[in-house]
Amino acid sequence: MEHIVIIGNGVAGVTVARHIRKNSDKRITIISGETDYFFSRTALMYVYMGHMKFEHTQPYESWFWKKNRIELKSAWVESVSGANKSIQFNDGQSMSFDKLIIATGSIPNKFGWPGQDLDGVQGMYHKQDLEKLEKNAPNNKVCKRAVIVGGGLIGIEMAEMLHSRHIPVTFLVRENSFWNGVLPAGESALVNEEILANGIDLRLEQNLEEIIDDGNGKCKAIKIQETGEIIECDVVGLTAGVSPNVSFLKNSDIELGRGVMVNRLLETSVKDVYAIGDCAEQREGIGRRRPIEAVWYTGRMMGEALAQTICGNATEYNPGHWFNSAKFMDVEYQTYGWVSGSRKPEFEDQFHWRHPVENICVTVSYHKDTDEFLGINTFGIRMRHEIFDRWLTENRKVDDVMAYLKDANFDPEFYSKHEDAIISHYNQERGKQIKPVKKSWKRIFA
Amino acid sequence: MKAIHHIGLVIFLIGLTIFTGSIFAGSFDLQKEQLNSFLESKGIANEFIIKELNEDVVSKGPMGIFEFSSSVRGALEKNNVHYDALIAKYDAAKDWDNKGKQYQYRINEKDFRAMSFSLAKKSAIGFVVENKGLMWFLTFGLGILGALMFIAPQLQLLGRKGIKNNGIYHSAATSRGWIAWLVLVYLVLFYITLYFMADYVVNWTFIVDPISLFLSGNEASQWFVYGFLYCVLMSVMAVRMYIKYRHNKYQVLRTTSVLFFQIVLAFLIPEIMTSLQMPAYDFKNAFPLDYDFFFSWNLDSLLDSGAIGLFILVWGIVLTVIIVPVMVYFFGKRWYCSWVCGCGGLAETLGDPYRQNSSKKLISWKLERWLIHSVLVFSLVMTIVTLYAYFTGANSLLGIPADWIKDAYSVLIGAWFAGVIGTGFYPIFGNRVWCRFGCPLAAYLGLVQRFKSRFRITTNGGQCISCGNCSTYCEQGIDVRAYAQKGENIVRASCVGCGVCSAVCPRGVLKLENGPEDGRINPTEVLLGNDVDLMDLLNKGK
Ligand SMILES: Cc1cc2nc3c(=O)[nH]c(=O)nc-3n(C[C@H](O)[C@H](O)[C@H](O)COP(=O)(O)OP(=O)(O)OC[C@H]3O[C@@H](n4cnc5c(N)ncnc54)[C@H](O)[C@@H]3O)c2cc1C
Ligand code: SF4
Repeated sequence: MEHIVIIGNGVAGVTVARHIRKNSDKRITIISGETDYFFSRTALMYVYMGHMKFEHTQPYESWFWKKNRIELKSAWVESVSGANKSIQFNDGQSMSFDKLIIATGSIPNKFGWPGQDLDGVQGMYHKQDLEKLEKNAPNNKVCKRAVIVGGGLIGIEMAEMLHSRHIPVTFLVRENSFWNGVLPAGESALVNEEILANGIDLRLEQNLEEIIDDGNGKCKAIKIQETGEIIECDVVGLTAGVSPNVSFLKNSDIELGRGVMVNRLLETSVKDVYAIGDCAEQREGIGRRRPIEAVWYTGRMMGEALAQTICGNATEYNPGHWFNSAKFMDVEYQTYGWVSGSRKPEFEDQFHWRHPVENICVTVSYHKDTDEFLGINTFGIRMRHEIFDRWLTENRKVDDVMAYLKDANFDPEFYSKHEDAIISHYNQERGKQIKPVKKSWKRIFA
Repeated sequence: MKAIHHIGLVIFLIGLTIFTGSIFAGSFDLQKEQLNSFLESKGIANEFIIKELNEDVVSKGPMGIFEFSSSVRGALEKNNVHYDALIAKYDAAKDWDNKGKQYQYRINEKDFRAMSFSLAKKSAIGFVVENKGLMWFLTFGLGILGALMFIAPQLQLLGRKGIKNNGIYHSAATSRGWIAWLVLVYLVLFYITLYFMADYVVNWTFIVDPISLFLSGNEASQWFVYGFLYCVLMSVMAVRMYIKYRHNKYQVLRTTSVLFFQIVLAFLIPEIMTSLQMPAYDFKNAFPLDYDFFFSWNLDSLLDSGAIGLFILVWGIVLTVIIVPVMVYFFGKRWYCSWVCGCGGLAETLGDPYRQNSSKKLISWKLERWLIHSVLVFSLVMTIVTLYAYFTGANSLLGIPADWIKDAYSVLIGAWFAGVIGTGFYPIFGNRVWCRFGCPLAAYLGLVQRFKSRFRITTNGGQCISCGNCSTYCEQGIDVRAYAQKGENIVRASCVGCGVCSAVCPRGVLKLENGPEDGRINPTEVLLGNDVDLMDLLNKGK
């Protein structure tokens, strides 16, 4: 029986395993050094915050693996030989495979800051990081202040985590507004406000110069590059992005770029070796997507596609329209299609509406010349994925999207609706006369 | 704010301690005239029992409630022993005539506690009876005040509006710690006493006598205490819901709705009906949750009550047979279970802090399906036997004695399952223990919801990140994530539509909605977001 070995039990590795099992009888082994069972990395924050216990982050009960004949091996892979079809573990053992799937995810970036390896300095990626944080920052007596370096999604999550235990947080952001490389200015400003309203000491355009040792190998303060200010702190969170976790492959025969180089079939340079998830790097970005996409659902989709290929139905990884979501403290964010931040392409125009009081806003992007709808970001409003996916496929015009906006609303029942206000603002700004159309189940299920 | 929060807790605990301690207060000094008038009202005239009660209770003078209760029950027991001996004697002598006469003098053991309760109610003396108003303030008053002081500061302490489940799994009260166990023991003892030893808590009834007299003109029974307490608990804990979910209109409206139905329909209207000499009826309490609706005493009482009785009879049947399923078709079972029902109302207010403790294991789901459907069958069999007995005058059907099955159901399901376990186990097993594992009405609504309804929880395409908040906070133990991460809508019999999965989801994945039946169930191999062709390929034949 063909032996499929998967390194990494994250969403990518587990999804491919599940789908291979659905479609075949092959022997499947998943290897991970991090945890015995698959857990949801995206939920680590909720464990620290006390919303959940770690066991709640595990989507499958422990009998699931046996029942589905998915073998789990707890070990770190030290090296891989594609030619010999074997992998070596750090305890000296090895394992052979017929097909190998690399799904080893990411590691937090460190940019060579002085003091970056001191005690109390950490990222937030692995379960071990959660355990470290529990030790370094159990409460605001042990951790009197924390500094977070890097204004991305994990950074703001880490700020929220510490804030939930009433630990004062200083948040260093390189840009002049939070995540404005991705978010349009109005939205980025809204998030700045949300961060400040939660009492977090947000420092825009401030970078880390060094982390200062207390003499015992533990951090005691940081120094800011621009101002020279010293901020005393017991924990430093390094959240300046992630990179593919591929260093263990450096001496292998598998071609690496920043990640493991793959083609659209998710094949690496070595036959029968594949890579998926955060660690995979497309030779060319697909559409407007970047070659490495470290998000949850792309790992899942690569897993779904690769399982088809492995089971004899060669299937390219072919992600549909971009979508994503996040939550910034108390504000939910969803995006469908492309809405650009500060790196806006020349052909893109945007329409922005913001609620007069609440932290709610919408940005719609469209092609400046053709009026074609390109994408939408919503803050504080939920939208229907299927509707936008369809509208993007149909290349709808932006006016059309605005008119039928009510079909796309996904907020819980009885919530105040904002479409009328949004559309009237749109009409005003663009000199249009669009009338909002009533929600129709028929169209939603069309 | 923190200080108010903590002082509130102390005041609440003082109120709770006085309330609990009041059981032991005062004494009970039964007078001859009180005894006589009681016996007369019961039509009891046999010499032996009068003698025994006089000797064992009246002449003993003031006693604490426990001694009083055991004295009364002891006297009644002696009476039965006495007549049992006579019965045996006449039986041996084959004197059937005299043997038959003795039965009327026996007192049914089931009535011991009720008689003890009635006598205690008449004969109480001491602080509680003499200071009902003050006692109300020291128990309910302090309890309410303390709880509100504890709860209100959360408006600020919890932080800005939004989901704030911070620390739930760090607290011994909400994560099955020692506080939770303590609360469980307290609740279980409370229910056991209330259901099976009501005479012990007769002092509680004095505290609410003035309110009961005002509402219905009658003195309070233990059921009035329970009803009043129920409304108080729900109201106070509704304030907590309003604060916790102030950003979520669904939760705010739903809480208001259950509160309204509890206070007005379950509590006030039946009291007012009593004061108008009508049969008391909770118009929203549908059979088979209202399991004694078809009991002979209820049918007799309704048929004796003229037009209103007849109306209630028809309403009760229409409610179960037509209104309930039709509403479930349009809105899902939530319209009842988390917008109207009293049990649901308590679960959604008092029980909300415990919702995360319901087990999500597959094995619990299996147990749930077995149990709840067995109770449904049990309730139906019980009712059929009862109705058969009622209409034919027979004592049993297919060898099942009507009285026996009624009693068995009342004690096992009505008292133990719905009360002692169903509510007592909140702190450890989650707030819907009864609704999930036991309620026959929920089982019935669930079948309708599963197979013929417009209600579903829609999963938003591919947005789920498998974080598990939805499953963790599902009070019914549904593994919501298992569906959401596959892009599948959630169509489950047990879903009561509380809406909390949707509220806690950080990615806006879940929406409770009523829509066309087409497309309600959407099995998908591959989630939205992947290549269109691949989806077509895999979802073919859906
Ligand atoms: C805190 C946090 C929040 C996030 N929130 C979101 C979000 O809201 N939305 C979103 O889309 N994405 C989010 N992400 C990103 C998302 O979690 C990742 O994109 C996704 O988990 C990647 O899955 P994966 O299967 O590729 O890799 P991983 O989940 O990283 O799994 C790889 C596994 O392989 C193991 N491994 C690595 N090397 C070896 C080796 N040599 N030997 C043995 N085992 C090895 C690793 O220890 C790990 O267990 C978040 C990430 C983090 C850290
Ligand atoms: S809470 Fe939302 S994102 Fe998390 S598992 Fe449930 S549906 Fe998915």
